[in-house]
Amino acid sequence: MPIVLIYVEAQPDGNLRKASLHALAAGAQLAQATGSELHGAVLGKDANKLADMVKGYGLKTVHAASAPHLEHALAETHGPAMAELAKSIGATWVGAAATAVGRDMLPRAAARLQAAMATDVMGISGSGNDVVLTRPMWAGSVMADVKLNTPVKCFTVRATEFPAAQAGAAGEVKAFNAPAPTVPTQFVEFKEVKSARPELTEARVVVSGGRGTKGDFKEIEALADELGAAVGASRAVCDAGWVPNDLQVGQTGKVVAPQLYIAAGISGAIQHLAGMKGSKTIVAINKDPEAPIFQVADYGLVADLFKVLPELRAAIHAAK
Amino acid sequence: MLFPMKILVTAKRVEDPESKIKVKPDGTGIVPEGLKYKINPFDEIAVEEALRLVAKHKGETVVVSIGGKEVHEQLRHAMAMGVDRAVWVNHTGPLDQMAIAGLLKKVCEKEKPDMAILGKQSIDDDQNQVGQYMAEWLGWGQATFASKHESLDSDAEKSKTPALVVGADGKTVKVVREVDGGLGTVECTLPAVVTTDLRLNQPRYAPLPGIMKAKSKPIEELTPAGLGVDVAPKLTVLKMSAPAPRKAGIKVPDVATLMQKLKTEAKVI
Ligand SMILES: Cc1cc2nc3c(=O)[nH]c(=O)nc-3n(C[C@H](O)[C@H](O)[C@H](O)COP(=O)(O)OP(=O)(O)OC[C@H]3O[C@@H](n4cnc5c(N)ncnc54)[C@H](O)[C@@H]3O)c2cc1C
Ligand SMILES: Nc1ncnc2c1ncn2[C@@H]1O[C@H](COP(=O)(O)O)[C@@H](O)[C@H]1O
Repeated sequence: MPIVLIYVEAQPDGNLRKASLHALAAGAQLAQATGSELHGAVLGKDANKLADMVKGYGLKTVHAASAPHLEHALAETHGPAMAELAKSIGATWVGAAATAVGRDMLPRAAARLQAAMATDVMGISGSGNDVVLTRPMWAGSVMADVKLNTPVKCFTVRATEFPAAQAGAAGEVKAFNAPAPTVPTQFVEFKEVKSARPELTEARVVVSGGRGTKGDFKEIEALADELGAAVGASRAVCDAGWVPNDLQVGQTGKVVAPQLYIAAGISGAIQHLAGMKGSKTIVAINKDPEAPIFQVADYGLVADLFKVLPELRAAIHAAK
Repeated sequence: MLFPMKILVTAKRVEDPESKIKVKPDGTGIVPEGLKYKINPFDEIAVEEALRLVAKHKGETVVVSIGGKEVHEQLRHAMAMGVDRAVWVNHTGPLDQMAIAGLLKKVCEKEKPDMAILGKQSIDDDQNQVGQYMAEWLGWGQATFASKHESLDSDAEKSKTPALVVGADGKTVKVVREVDGGLGTVECTLPAVVTTDLRLNQPRYAPLPGIMKAKSKPIEELTPAGLGVDVAPKLTVLKMSAPAPRKAGIKVPDVATLMQKLKTEAKVI
């Protein structure tokens, strides 16, 4: 039986990166469409804990590689390991979540497999050899239906477009030996941006600020805290160094799809919309009635953010 | 002492990011009318970074673009910014990331740079793949998403350690990368592939003398056949369509109305 193999990503703290559960759901859909088994791969210094944790998510087999050189998810180690694993089990589809690690590592595995690859897959249709993947181009201005014509095919998954895989029957965990690295890239350090707020891509509510805040994020943060929300930002704000880069939402930042997205002082450039227009409910607050953000907003408030954000926070507090 | 560096950069021709992209009614592509073209913004950042490194280390910069004759505009733009010379791989028709990476690999084997700096993604295809494919096929290390807020505006900014630092022996490069949850640093042995993120630097404007000088800088022409690369697409686009539109929203007059809508209509609060 053919195999769909999904890379399961560990965060630097060793826990599962939730985006991988969405990649597993996409993998399950693909396995269904191609009559394949769904397998997972966990790579790390000690991969067994995470492998045990994910084996219950509809996976037939979880391949676990534990080795000191796999401690950090470097493309030069995890990429070849994924490629060699795919070869040895005969996987025909190899996928990962479209996270920084997925985007960095999987094309390197694809290169080794002489496999064509689709980035940021949002939909899967067709079956057997005629599977069609839908992915965004031009910052989401275009949806493209693409076909991969190589024997092995690779893809990354846009997490917001697939539900998280649900726990079910547990599969088996199998050890595999990852090849030793041949390219001497070294991990030097990771400087984490710590935040007490929920993770941007997982939050139920996101409050984002743009250049209209002039760098004053106090009201954005206060509203976020009142709502238990994550804080996001436009590129202009990250470029200015007002908030960490990691908070950028958009074509080249994070893609989010919360229940509620509040954009304050953001004009709504196509590159920003690319990262948030899948949100369930969008609220826009902007002084300029012509701002393009209003074209995607369910509720638009033409107003000064410094005036209405405190009002909104007070109203939400009162409603609790 | 600093060792001289030879750096290869790329200049893909793409639609201006400010343009409004519309899909043709038959789904075969985008409407070309009214579009303006530019160098891929990430590639412009790559060019800037290469120029800064070579200003420090001495050496040479070479820019590559793959496409029809029209890509000369982007090659000239890079040379006007200061790149020494250009390589044009002449090909019209669709090219996927495997084809581009295969061609760039051959150009690297010919040019033997110490480092290739590419954009992390092209803003038309949004694939984010070429640098990684190329690094694997060359057997080189890769540092994708190179990023660190650095402008040349203030002395404080200038004194920060740049995101790309070449080792004293000229054999390695340390790169700060934008990854999920923070900034990561890796050290690659040279030659290596680096891909740029948005905040690596602020590209310079091409100075007028630079624009004049670029006109006489050489452009070498190569072809996929001459390089021995099969560019038949391994990824085919079957159909393009416009994304599903969001249903029209409303403007609310005040916070009270907004609250009421969020509670009773959207039921998110
Ligand atoms: C290759 C590329 C990739 C990009 N990727 C991204 C990306 O991933 N994410 C992203 O966000 N952008 C991205 N951009 C940038 C994007 O094109 C816009 O420049 C950016 O989103 C603008 O940010 P902004 O809306 O905060 O600022 P502006 O466009 O300057 O808008 C500020 C808004 O605030 C409003 N305002 C001002 N004062 C107030 C006030 N007191 N109260 C209420 N409203 C006020 C103004 O009316 C205006 O609409 C990218 C660009 C390129 C070229
Ligand atoms: N036609 C091209 N000519 C030169 N460089 C290219 C071309 N296409 C892609 N690239 C390079 O590959 C990078 C990543 O592109 P992509 O993988 O298509 O998103 C771009 O930023 C460019 O640096």
